[in-house]
Amino acid sequence: MEDKQTINERDFNLSCPIPISEYDTITIAHGGGGTLMHQLIQKMFLSQFDNQYLNLQHDGAILEIDSNKIAFSTDTYVVQPIFFPGGDIGELAVYGTVNDLAMCGAKPLFISLGFVLEEGLKVADLWKIILSIKKAAERSGVKIVTGDTKVVEHGKADKIFINTTGVGKIVAEISPLNCKVGDDIIISGKIAEHGIAIMSARSGLNFETSIQSDTAPLNHIIEKLIKNSDKIHVLRDPTRGGVASTLNEIASIADVGIEIYEEKIPIDEQVRGACEILGFDPLYVANEGKFIAFVDPQESEKVLAIIQSDPLGKDAQIIGKVVANHKKTVIMKTIIGSNRIVDMISGEQLPRIC
Amino acid sequence: MKYIDEFRNRNAVEVLLKEIKKLAKHNWTIMEICGGQTHTILKYGIEDLLPESINLIHGPGCPVCVTPLEMIDKAVTIASQNNVVFTSYGDMLRVPGSEYDLLSVKAKGADVRIVYSSLEALKIAEENPSKEVVFFAVGFETTAPPNAMSVLEAKRRNIQNFSIICSHVLVPPAIKALLSSNNSRIQAFLAAGHVCTVMGYEEYIPIAEKFKVPIIVTGFEPLDILEGIFMAIKQLESGMYFVENQYSRSVKKEGNIHAKKILNDTFDVVDRQWRGIGIIPMSGLKLKPELEMFDAEKKFQLQNLNRNESELCIAGEVLQGLKKPTECNAFATICKPETPLGAPMVSSEGACAAYYRYKKI
Repeated sequence: MEDKQTINERDFNLSCPIPISEYDTITIAHGGGGTLMHQLIQKMFLSQFDNQYLNLQHDGAILEIDSNKIAFSTDTYVVQPIFFPGGDIGELAVYGTVNDLAMCGAKPLFISLGFVLEEGLKVADLWKIILSIKKAAERSGVKIVTGDTKVVEHGKADKIFINTTGVGKIVAEISPLNCKVGDDIIISGKIAEHGIAIMSARSGLNFETSIQSDTAPLNHIIEKLIKNSDKIHVLRDPTRGGVASTLNEIASIADVGIEIYEEKIPIDEQVRGACEILGFDPLYVANEGKFIAFVDPQESEKVLAIIQSDPLGKDAQIIGKVVANHKKTVIMKTIIGSNRIVDMISGEQLPRIC
Repeated sequence: MKYIDEFRNRNAVEVLLKEIKKLAKHNWTIMEICGGQTHTILKYGIEDLLPESINLIHGPGCPVCVTPLEMIDKAVTIASQNNVVFTSYGDMLRVPGSEYDLLSVKAKGADVRIVYSSLEALKIAEENPSKEVVFFAVGFETTAPPNAMSVLEAKRRNIQNFSIICSHVLVPPAIKALLSSNNSRIQAFLAAGHVCTVMGYEEYIPIAEKFKVPIIVTGFEPLDILEGIFMAIKQLESGMYFVENQYSRSVKKEGNIHAKKILNDTFDVVDRQWRGIGIIPMSGLKLKPELEMFDAEKKFQLQNLNRNESELCIAGEVLQGLKKPTECNAFATICKPETPLGAPMVSSEGACAAYYRYKKI
């Protein structure tokens, strides 16, 4: 113990933590959709699998086979709990892949399913998930054309994991690289609903809301947009990592600046309240039935009207624009009139203390 | 949203800013003590809206940041043991200990769970009688009463497999220590509204008198902060120094008497090490001797660990408000939220994390 008598006479004993510069194991934060995950993708995956298709870093790959352009995308679903307010892991898996294909400017056609089932999973639960997948595939207009099932010992998985791969036919040229200075940025509806619905359903976090996941297929509304406008430059669904991470990704890939307006961002009051209590920034919370469109300013009002005419897009808003300055950076005009950076999150948002 | 939107109203902000500009004739340095306030200031770009003569410095009111390295290492040691369920607020998981953080031991197989309240940890203990359930009790006077409740409940219900690592700290001794330092540049304080909601503000009256500094009990929304700053400048410009309550919609002079009684029944006040600052006399809470069976340090028979921290980062100076995060050579270069050198870069309430997220350029 130090001599406490001296506290008034001396400067403080400055101390500082020793760094953990790199993790030698994968932590949950590596899967959070933020910079840790991007590091993993950049340093380990892209550096080793380097090719022109992968390097585009689209929601799926755009391939050309005998002059036919197709979109090809895969995703794995490990959501817990497997049944949550507004949906379940089955429909999430179908819609997630359908949406990734739609964001490539493709009409989704075929889906594969890979199941990892944990010993002990109730057959009745699996059946519920299968029926939900069937319904989701019908609603999105895709066929489940191949699949695989593995069962692992109890404790080696968490009830059920689903991998889906999807193939679609390209109908429009949509790419983050098409993003242009002056483009208006549209969000198709209220943000952060999926993430908060999942949080509210998790055990240990006891708060009750009526917030439902927004999980939904976006391919029909995207098809309508593409038919009516050829001025849609970029489409993305802001899933894990939320709107902030998606905008940062595009700013970075397209080498542009992005400006958004806090007062324009649509958000449900209950979701806002939950975010305030949990200490989350809704810009970083996941969505599963929303998309962001970058549109030429000449057609943005028209595109907005089309989106708003669809039930899935009734709360759509223009929330910002692409600018020439502050390249690779997203800046938000706050509700009180100041500016702040909206950064890529580093890992997962951690619930705060007080 | 009620009680939120009114306090983020742009017109009201502009009116208040005009008043502040009119009032501020000299240079003033004001410290907000609480990390939650630091985040509001950075998140809403409040510094950029204020006249240049007003300098805000960010205090040590981030419980994650000031939890000593030794405590993190003890937590990591306990969490790594078999048959332990280690529960913690989310923020603590990525705070670096001398070798590992809690997230790393979780990745290596330890049962580390995020909870929002120690009562949830108590429930886990009740449901898993064959396991030792430990809760990492950190925070100021705000989180101390509910954590005290969980210990009193564990005693009442005879839940023997529950214990806490008690790392609670108190704000007024820290304010006194900061003002006593030869380096202190602080001319006024914004005290933390939530802490005062529990404790009231009687303790601050002698501090304001002794050190001749205005202390404004302040809330957490942009308008609260601006009003707190306004009240501080008003006192400073007229040579006054007393305790004023900006956050009157939540804070009473005497505080929450029931919560204060629970604290008195559960804890003794002791000297405590603050990460980045050193030992501050009578600034920490320790379980009373009759509740020792719930003290995880005793239960797991942990020796006192002597930890020396590296000199790479300037967390200590940042936590005392002597330097801004951007004055650190490591800031945003080698020290980032994903590779933090110091706790202020980890916690959502840490000053470095707030600067990194909102003010990097």
